Parts: sequence; structure tokens; C-alpha cells
Amino acid sequence: MMRMQPVSEFKGMPVSENPAPVAIELSDTSVTFGRGAKAVPALSKTTLRIADGEFVALVGPSGCGKSTILRLVSGLVQPTTGVVIVGGREVAARALRVGMAFQNPTMLPWMTIERNIMLPLKIVEPYRSQFRKLRRTEFRDKANALLEQVGLKGFGGKFPWQLSGGMLQRANLCRALIHEPRLLLLDEPFGALDQFTREELWSILQQLWMTHKATVLLVTHDLREAGFLASRICVMSARPGRIVDDSRVTFARPRTVAMTFEPDFVALNQKLRAFIVDARSASQAGAA
Amino acid sequence: MSLLDLRQKAWSAALIVLFFVAWELFCLMTGMSDLILPRPSQIFTTLIEKLPILWPHILQTLATTMLGFVLGVGLGVALGAVIGVSKTAYDTCYPLLVGFSSIPKVAVVPIFVLWFGSGTVPAVLTALSICFFPIVVNIATGLATTEPELEDVLKALGASKFDILWNVGLPRTMPFFFASLKVAVSYAFVGAVLSETVASNRGIGNVMMTASSNFNVPLVFAGLFVLAGLGVALYAIFSLIEGQVTGWATRKNDLIAT
Repeated sequence: MMRMQPVSEFKGMPVSENPAPVAIELSDTSVTFGRGAKAVPALSKTTLRIADGEFVALVGPSGCGKSTILRLVSGLVQPTTGVVIVGGREVAARALRVGMAFQNPTMLPWMTIERNIMLPLKIVEPYRSQFRKLRRTEFRDKANALLEQVGLKGFGGKFPWQLSGGMLQRANLCRALIHEPRLLLLDEPFGALDQFTREELWSILQQLWMTHKATVLLVTHDLREAGFLASRICVMSARPGRIVDDSRVTFARPRTVAMTFEPDFVALNQKLRAFIVDARSASQAGAA
Repeated sequence: MSLLDLRQKAWSAALIVLFFVAWELFCLMTGMSDLILPRPSQIFTTLIEKLPILWPHILQTLATTMLGFVLGVGLGVALGAVIGVSKTAYDTCYPLLVGFSSIPKVAVVPIFVLWFGSGTVPAVLTALSICFFPIVVNIATGLATTEPELEDVLKALGASKFDILWNVGLPRTMPFFFASLKVAVSYAFVGAVLSETVASNRGIGNVMMTASSNFNVPLVFAGLFVLAGLGVALYAIFSLIEGQVTGWATRKNDLIAT
């Protein structure tokens, strides 16, 4: 297979410029699904360090292993080689308690929004053992405080089918954050929304990140979304994925939608886009 | 309940009454012998006259049905949960279950009688064996349709398989489960009566069997009416419970009704 132009490897990249402790560390991590002749490499040896409190966006052509990185970090997938260290210890069997949100909000239809959001508290300690006692008081207030932050004040008692797609996605973010995770993993959370709703939710997510101070790993196809939200963007090559570019995004916060039309922002977008176009054509050349 | 709704209900009731009136008139006009098709009025009078004799048999049939049904539900839920959660269990149990449910249960009754003697036990077992299948299928389907994303969200939180089953899987199967209960309770009834007919000296099935050999056709029909009445009553009870427990799944109907 034709290899791409020498790609900057990030093994030796100094992270020391950022004094925050490392939240996520992948070292020489690769993932292959299946075995023998049917083996499908999903992620080439990848090394990635994410500092505590960073907002990292993963972009790249579809099927490049972005979601695989997310699933590695959450412990849903085990690495074939290498290690994944999250919060200072190796990701073994689950119990990381990370917050996750997908494109599909998957609210349970038999529960009110409030109770849906409280679902993680039923599972994660120390909330779990207090759930019966506090679900009507403290936890409920917690859920409603979050709902208020995402602009859903007063919707806690509604059922999921009474809410629009954008509202459900806000509730989904609340559910991912209710147990105050150190790490929030988002897999194309706004992929199914219309442009305007999406932009609205960018601001909400930015606000949530600025108040909750969690480390966020966001997988997205939308380069504007990545530029708007992230403090760092990693571009991945086509399957099996590798990280081909790693850029910091230094625009001042809070960022606004208007900013995404300014020349600096557009230039960043075009740079990212070029990487992805390259990656796509390389994979097509390789396949031919 | 709205006026329109009431009118609808009244119409349905009227049509049901009309059915019996037509039956009565048909028998009167054709001079039908009550050895072949008794009139509804005859059947009802027989039913009321013989009620003191029928009563213990009704209780017997009801008891065997309910016992078989409860056991069948227990077995069905357990088996359905296992099949819905484990791929291996699905692959092994499903063909066996389909095979078993394809056997006409009347062919199984003699085996139960052979093992346990005639009477209550084979009736309960027949009811059980006929009613658990729809429950297994529905529970398994409900569990298998859990969204993978939600499962991932919960696993990432450190949820155990049981946590997921308890908080998501089982509540999700409730509409399927209650829909299957309605069917299963009727099936249990069929099973119990079937077994009583073949091998028992108690129960409605047995009463009907005896009555038909005595050419007491009105009593046979009275037995049928009792069975139909009990079947409708049980179905109605479970529909009511279904509506209470799983209203979230049928909210569209509520919206139209209100």
C-alpha cells in the first residue's frame, strides 16, 4: 500500500507547554476487528495525548476510526496493541463513568425528561446508593439546573415524544453530564439537526464546557463545528485511521457563529478540508 | 369519555345483542332441533339452572388456567430474557421452541397423563405449555430491540448487564409483554379445557364432554358460553392492566381520544 507523505508523528511532540495533567493517553494503540483473513484494521498505531480540560475534535473521512477512538477511550473497545490510559490508569474493564452522547438521543419513552436525565445517577456511584433517597429532591434539582442551562427550563416533566429533535439533543447532553464526568465523549451529537438548531447547540455546548470544565472528545464531520467548539483539532486519515494533523484552535471564547465567517476561521477550515480531501484520495488510490 | 365514544360503544353493544337475536330467530324460523343448535334463550336458562352444579367446575377450570398461566408467564419471561440477552441461547432455544410450539397440544396431553395421572396436573401443564410461547417471543423481541447507542452510553457509565436489563431492557418489553399476556391467557384457557376434555373428571371441559355424550346439547353450549365469558373477562382484565402500565406506548390513541 502506498504510504502518504511523511506524516508528522506525535510521539515526541512536547506536551509540556501545557501544564495540565494528561487526561487521555493513547500510545501505539491500534485496533483490528475480526481475526485472520477477515481482519479489518480500524485504527493504525496511534499516539495521542489529551490534557485535562481540553476540548478536542476528531475529524476525518467517514469510516476512518474516529468513533473507534471514542469507544477505546470509553472502554467499549479493547485495543489490539498498545495501551489506553484515561485519568491516569489503564482502561480495563469499563467503570470509567464517562459521559457519552450520540447522534440518536435515545431517551427512554416511558420516562419523563427529568427521569431520563437522572438515569446515569441510578448507575454510577456514589449517586447510585443514594438514588432512592434523593431522586425526588437533590437529584431532581440537579437535573433541572442542567435543563435550565441548556434552555429547557420547565420541560423536565414532559415526555420525550413531546420534544423536538433539537430539544431532545439538549436533554441528551444533560444526561451525559448529570453525574459530573471528568470526560465527555460526543459522537456526532448534532449530525441529525438542521443548520440553525445545530449552531444554537454549539453555543450551548460551549457554555456547558466552559462551566463544567470537563475534558471533551468530539467526533464530527462538520469542520465548522470542530472549529467553533474545539481547542484542538485532530485530523485522521482514511481507514485504517491515523492522525495526520493536530492543530490548536486559539480563537477567543466565547466564540460566536458570526466568527465562523471570518477569514482566519475560513482559512482553518480550508486547511482541515485539504487534509481530509488528501486522505480520501489516498485511500481511493490505495484501493484501486 | 366523549359522547362520540359512548355512541360508538352503544353501537357495538347493540350489534352484539343483534347477533344473539338473529341466532334465536334463525332457530325459531327453521325449527332447528335443540340437539343440533339450541337457541340462545335455552342456553341461558340452562346456564342459570345448572349454575350451582357448574360452579365448582368453573372454579376448577379457572384455577387450572390461572395456575398454568402464572407458571407459563414465569417460564416465558425467564426464557425470553435469556434468549433476548444471549445470542447462543437464542440460537439453541429458538429452533427447539418453534418445534415444540408446532406440536398440537392435544397430542401432548396423553404424555402428561402418563406421567402425572389424569386430573389437575396435566391441565395445568397443558395450559402452561400452550401459553408460554407468545410470552417468550415477545420478551425476546423487546430485549433485542434495545438501541445499541443507549447500551453504549450505559456501559460507558459502568453499568452491568443486569443494570441495563433492569432499567432499559425489561421496561422496554412491557408493551410487548402485556400484549402477549392477553393472548397467553386465552391460550392457557384453551390448554386447560383441552386437557380436561381428554383426561379429567372435573372442569368445564369435562362437563361438556359428559353433556355431549348424554345429548344434553344446551348444556354443552352453556359450557361454551361459560368459557367464552371467562375468556372475555380475562382478556379484558389484562387489557386494562396493559393500559395502566404501558400507556406510554399507546399515547397516540390517547391523543386521538382526548
